[in-house]
Amino acid sequence: MPPLPPPSDGTAFDGSRPWTLHPQVSLRPESFGALAYHFGTRRLSFLKSRRLLAVVESLADQPTGHDACVAAGVTDAEFESYERALATLAESGMICEREAS
Amino acid sequence: MTLISDHPTTAPTSVGRLVDRFEQGLDAPICLTWELTYACNLACVHCLSSSGRRDPNELSTEECKAVIDEFERMQIFYVNIGGGEPTVRSDFWELVDYATDHHVGVKFSTNGSRISTEVAERLASSDYVDVQISLDGATAEINDAVRGDGSFATAITAMQRMADAGFVGFKLSVVVTRHNVSQLDEFKALADTYGAQLRLTRLRPSGRGADVWDELHPTGDQQRTLYDWLVAHGEDVLTGDSFFHLAGYGESLPGLNLCGAGRVVCLVDPVGDVYACPFAIHEEFLAGNVRAPGGFTEVWRHSDLFTELRQPQSAGACGSCGHYDACRGGCMAAKFFTGLPLDGPDPECVLGHGEHSLAARGDAEPPKPSLDHSIQPRRVPVVMRDRRPDRTCDENPLASFDPAVLAT
Repeated sequence: MPPLPPPSDGTAFDGSRPWTLHPQVSLRPESFGALAYHFGTRRLSFLKSRRLLAVVESLADQPTGHDACVAAGVTDAEFESYERALATLAESGMICEREAS
Repeated sequence: MTLISDHPTTAPTSVGRLVDRFEQGLDAPICLTWELTYACNLACVHCLSSSGRRDPNELSTEECKAVIDEFERMQIFYVNIGGGEPTVRSDFWELVDYATDHHVGVKFSTNGSRISTEVAERLASSDYVDVQISLDGATAEINDAVRGDGSFATAITAMQRMADAGFVGFKLSVVVTRHNVSQLDEFKALADTYGAQLRLTRLRPSGRGADVWDELHPTGDQQRTLYDWLVAHGEDVLTGDSFFHLAGYGESLPGLNLCGAGRVVCLVDPVGDVYACPFAIHEEFLAGNVRAPGGFTEVWRHSDLFTELRQPQSAGACGSCGHYDACRGGCMAAKFFTGLPLDGPDPECVLGHGEHSLAARGDAEPPKPSLDHSIQPRRVPVVMRDRRPDRTCDENPLASFDPAVLAT
């Protein structure tokens, strides 16, 4: 196995940028939300709601992180908490920035 | 394992404490241990699965592949493969390749005896295979008393080959005993020397471990030392959630801090039997078999035993203890195999309640494991040297995982 990237090799989350699920991450829906597993860093994360799962799944198809939240039905009042969750995912490399399409 | 946050969420999407959800079970295990064979070229005195001889009824290559297909369908990200010594199966590498080709990552536990230079190089080139080498003493004297003559040298050679091949971050896995608990710093130094990560797990009175638990489990004072050491080292040292019974000392250790048996973890044994956890190979904890109609999926989702384990559990005698929320009454298997009630304190309860319960057991014999594949007769003294030691009897519920809980 090649050297593992450090656990926090991710980046800060900027909701105005385009994002995507990291290609080495798999999502498994569960009743509470989902499990996310990164085959590169071997980290497991828990997404604590189905809506957060919907946001993460739609990242690659939306122009920005914020748009993905809106598309999944996140309200303005909720946006801050989702931004925090996405920031945690970005920090652990579960999601990453992509080239704007 | 790391846990970024496990606090109740404040967002409208809150689903309550995740641990509460886990106790109700998941669609598929977070962490599954799969023991591929009962055959082992060692005979560790504390082997959880009483391994030694191959069982004639072990799953065939094709049956193993069908099980892997099921794991893939259930999106089980990762399996912990153990045994016995899994690498003695002639189809071991074929099965590892099959799993990783089907999006099922593998971490396998080994005593290191089959880690040749060539194998180490092959492992180093794979993204989806992790390796855990077992060692139960930082010196040959301490290790070989438990794992057998020459087993220290074998493990060290394997670690050297892994390091030479450039495999960074493989695991050095240690079962903490009364005799090696004073060597924690040395284990850490050993792991650092070879670019490995140290993993410490709890000695369970399971399998042959039942025969030696009284003599080998850490004393109360040693448990406190261990706890302080683990707190000081935080996430640098993995524990597979092994020591959640120590949470009664105060701060919880990193991890989920719950008994995941049948809820988030389980064991598939070499003949396809599914048990609630790797430490509970006993008919009492047998949920079904992967060869039965519906396969593993049916057992995981609908077996009577797992359904029952996912119901709220009684705190029993621990109900009035202020630490119950921290330790959750400890380890089910540890209680069972020491003859204690499942709804009472863990035998190593940090408040000493377990010792009282053990003393109150009277002459009743604790339950014995239902299966025994040992080559030598059981009940071998720890100091005996003419017996070859074992395998990786230390597989843990949440072993390979490194979860980060997200508060949304």
